[in-house]
Amino acid sequence: MTDMVKHGGVKKDLVIIGGGPAGLAAAIAAREAGCVDLLLIERDRLLGGILNQCIHDGFGLHRFKEALSGPEYACRYIDKVKELGIPVALNTMVIGMNREKSLLVSTSGKLWRINAKSVLLAMGCRERARGALSIPGSRPSGVYTAGAAQTFVNMENIMPGKRAVILGSGDVGLIMARRMTLEGARVEAVFELLPYSSGLPRNIQQCLVDYGIPLYLSTTVVETTGKNRLEGVKVAEVDCSGRTVSGTERIVPCDTLLLSVGLIPENELARDAGVELHPITGGPIVDDLYMTGVPGIFSCGNALHVHDLVDWVSEEAARAGTNAAIYAMGLVNKRVRSMTVMAGNGVRYVMPRKVAYTDEVKLAFRVKTPLRGGVINIVLGDKIIKKETYVRLHPAEMVWMDLSLKEQQKQGVLEVRVGS
Amino acid sequence: MRGGPPARHRGVKNLDNLDNCDIAIVGAGVIGCAIARELSRFELKICVFEKEQDVGFGTSCRNSGVLHSGINYQPGTNRAWLNVKGNAMMDKLCAELKVPIKRIGKLTVALAEEDLSGLHKQHEQGKANGVRGMEFMKNELMQKIQPGVAGILGLWTPSSAIISPYGLTIALAENAAENDVKFYLGRAVTGIQWNAAGCFELEITGSHKVCARMVINSAGLHADEVSGFAGADAPRIWACRGEYYVLDRRLEGSLKTLIYPVPGPNDPGLGIHLTPTVDGNILIGPSAVYIPDDDRENYSVTKEVLPALRQEGQRIFPNLKAADFIRNFAGNRPKLSPPEIGGNTEFIIEEAKKLPGFIQLLGMESPGLTSAPAIAEYVLGLVRKRFELTPKADFIAERKGFAGHFSDLPEEQRMDMISDEPEYGEIICRCEKITKKEVRSAIENPLGAHALLSLKYRARTMMGRCQGGFCVPRIIRMLRDEYCYEPERYVLRGEESPMFAGFVRDVR
Repeated sequence: MTDMVKHGGVKKDLVIIGGGPAGLAAAIAAREAGCVDLLLIERDRLLGGILNQCIHDGFGLHRFKEALSGPEYACRYIDKVKELGIPVALNTMVIGMNREKSLLVSTSGKLWRINAKSVLLAMGCRERARGALSIPGSRPSGVYTAGAAQTFVNMENIMPGKRAVILGSGDVGLIMARRMTLEGARVEAVFELLPYSSGLPRNIQQCLVDYGIPLYLSTTVVETTGKNRLEGVKVAEVDCSGRTVSGTERIVPCDTLLLSVGLIPENELARDAGVELHPITGGPIVDDLYMTGVPGIFSCGNALHVHDLVDWVSEEAARAGTNAAIYAMGLVNKRVRSMTVMAGNGVRYVMPRKVAYTDEVKLAFRVKTPLRGGVINIVLGDKIIKKETYVRLHPAEMVWMDLSLKEQQKQGVLEVRVGS
Repeated sequence: MRGGPPARHRGVKNLDNLDNCDIAIVGAGVIGCAIARELSRFELKICVFEKEQDVGFGTSCRNSGVLHSGINYQPGTNRAWLNVKGNAMMDKLCAELKVPIKRIGKLTVALAEEDLSGLHKQHEQGKANGVRGMEFMKNELMQKIQPGVAGILGLWTPSSAIISPYGLTIALAENAAENDVKFYLGRAVTGIQWNAAGCFELEITGSHKVCARMVINSAGLHADEVSGFAGADAPRIWACRGEYYVLDRRLEGSLKTLIYPVPGPNDPGLGIHLTPTVDGNILIGPSAVYIPDDDRENYSVTKEVLPALRQEGQRIFPNLKAADFIRNFAGNRPKLSPPEIGGNTEFIIEEAKKLPGFIQLLGMESPGLTSAPAIAEYVLGLVRKRFELTPKADFIAERKGFAGHFSDLPEEQRMDMISDEPEYGEIICRCEKITKKEVRSAIENPLGAHALLSLKYRARTMMGRCQGGFCVPRIIRMLRDEYCYEPERYVLRGEESPMFAGFVRDVR
């Protein structure tokens, strides 16, 4: 106890962990909801998160109706945070958290505890690393995740290599194909295991097609060669069950392999605190207030589920920030009745897991495979309560849907299905 | 800002003033470093030549990190007695060198009736070799140690332990350097002649010749070649590859002890098994496949073995996800037994016949790590026959610091230490919570090793679940801003494995 006093254990109404797009929007909304005693914690030396290295444009088209670069988009929120005088701790990392919302916080010269009434997890996501892919072969230098390569090029002025192959067609990989080309490297190709791209269609056009970079679908890297520095990758086609098709192997010489094979919500802290995670998204299971299974712990942004557009992150985080603030101030938004939401036929996941009978229910979901002219049915019990038609549905694109459940009398499970 | 490249430290010398020595050690694996450290107790001029850019970059960083009890080897062999003795020496050695060691014990498990005779043989061998604390356990008792373990009978050996093999190698080398052993990294020995003046002349890459009164060949996978340079008779060494998976620390604590199958008489290894590491991961492996002689250091993992390892992991932990397999790697055993025979033969540790003063260590596969301190003592005995040894009055037996990683220390101790050393509060690696102070200590290592893998093996950066995605850019920034690194100085293993292709734009 004396140590606690000596080392300055403190109380806070609301702690927001992560000063990226989610944390920024949440902090602003929380303050605007009346929460005074809050702290925004960021482990980097500046606010903005991953946006700082996203120097391409295309951010903010929905939110601000203009195309901004990542840093510009972040700046709008950072300015607002400053204007509102929201306390920010930079170069500071939360390294532990328990169910009681006691946070262990580390920074230069200080390790201390914060006891929070409410915590909002906004740590974003991380890239899937090479280990999970199990690519046989040597272990040379020159293999990076696309995001790490983006840090080197855009933030540190360092070129990872001169001749690159990109594995995986996630958005970061596509953006980096263009960036590496613009900075004078030769990008041989992008290889995607799936029969469709996992990045946004607009990025395929603007980052690959416009620069003549080929995208090979249903093809993957099966071996890396080069004892010291990467010398090449062996690629092969894969069949619909994911097995490589023999006879299709070929060597692509390159000195750099960038991996863009998926993003995983970062949830070490959630796990520490015993928050239940969703098996598909990797983020916490939340209700429509964005509250996890542990009362007072909220989650939003890419830490909750990986988004396609930052605009949606900001909007979602603002709602989560408001709710976390209301909880922290003791004004609990009591739910009388709620229903469970499930992903049905053709749908990979739906967020949130539980919704109340209100007129402003917001669902986010992704389909499993690309569909042209797809129909989404919202089913309650055995009754279709909403039917929506889409020109195109794609796993790379998150779908948001507004629902009113206020008039619904029925109990049961709400299911989101691909219909006809 | 700290200007200039890191100072050359006490233990490392530039080749320009490379001079003659009493004893040249060829190869800085765990055994070479243990010998160097043991000999550094005496007034001797000792040089260690290592072809890689750091110590322990060969077999010593590519194994299970298990200290064996000594039940596996035929009584009366070097392997048997050196293993048992080496194991017993480890607690004191690790305490002196601040190397974490965990005596978690081992269960060798008979899964069916047909394994029982093999299990009893292990017990007999263990008895004859002087292994203490052995105990047969029925399944019921085994459950108390490791819930869920299968098998009808187990042999419990409490002295089996886990350790970081590269951590021990580095600690031995750094302590030896502190005691004035000179390490020449990135310097291969390419020829050895016995000259008229009565000493060995060693040809070193990128340097003039060096004279040594005695040579100790601990060159691991290449020891037969090094003996060949000197004209010493040495049997051929075969490289036998073992592949591993590393599992995420999410599973930390789920494996309480080492669980091995009963080895068959001709198995080149001890069988694929799961091994907890001292840092909290779990290893699956190793396989045992002989590889062609032309590339004994081919550390590729293969499409044949990886799926088998994954399957084994999933058999033990049915809930394993793809993301739990955070890394895979391979290590090669230097074997004396050829592929058609398999199994394992004897350690050869001897003064070469007809070549007085040339000590060779051949076939130093498992249990080389466990035996290392005992081997070093044994080699000291061989050295004593040629040299009158005077103990150093100022020998430093203890390494400074603490064993393990900062984040493993109790919270209040950390709070106090951070107050004194602010950089313990700055996190560089988010997965393993490695601090800036730990990274700095690794950068400023007394051997002057500067490859990124040197930082990895010292500070544990790049070893977590994101495999360096977060920490590497931060380390790069730190090296640039505080140690004036240019892009070409960043290497993964050595000069041939550059990390980068230069600046994006020249802004200087």
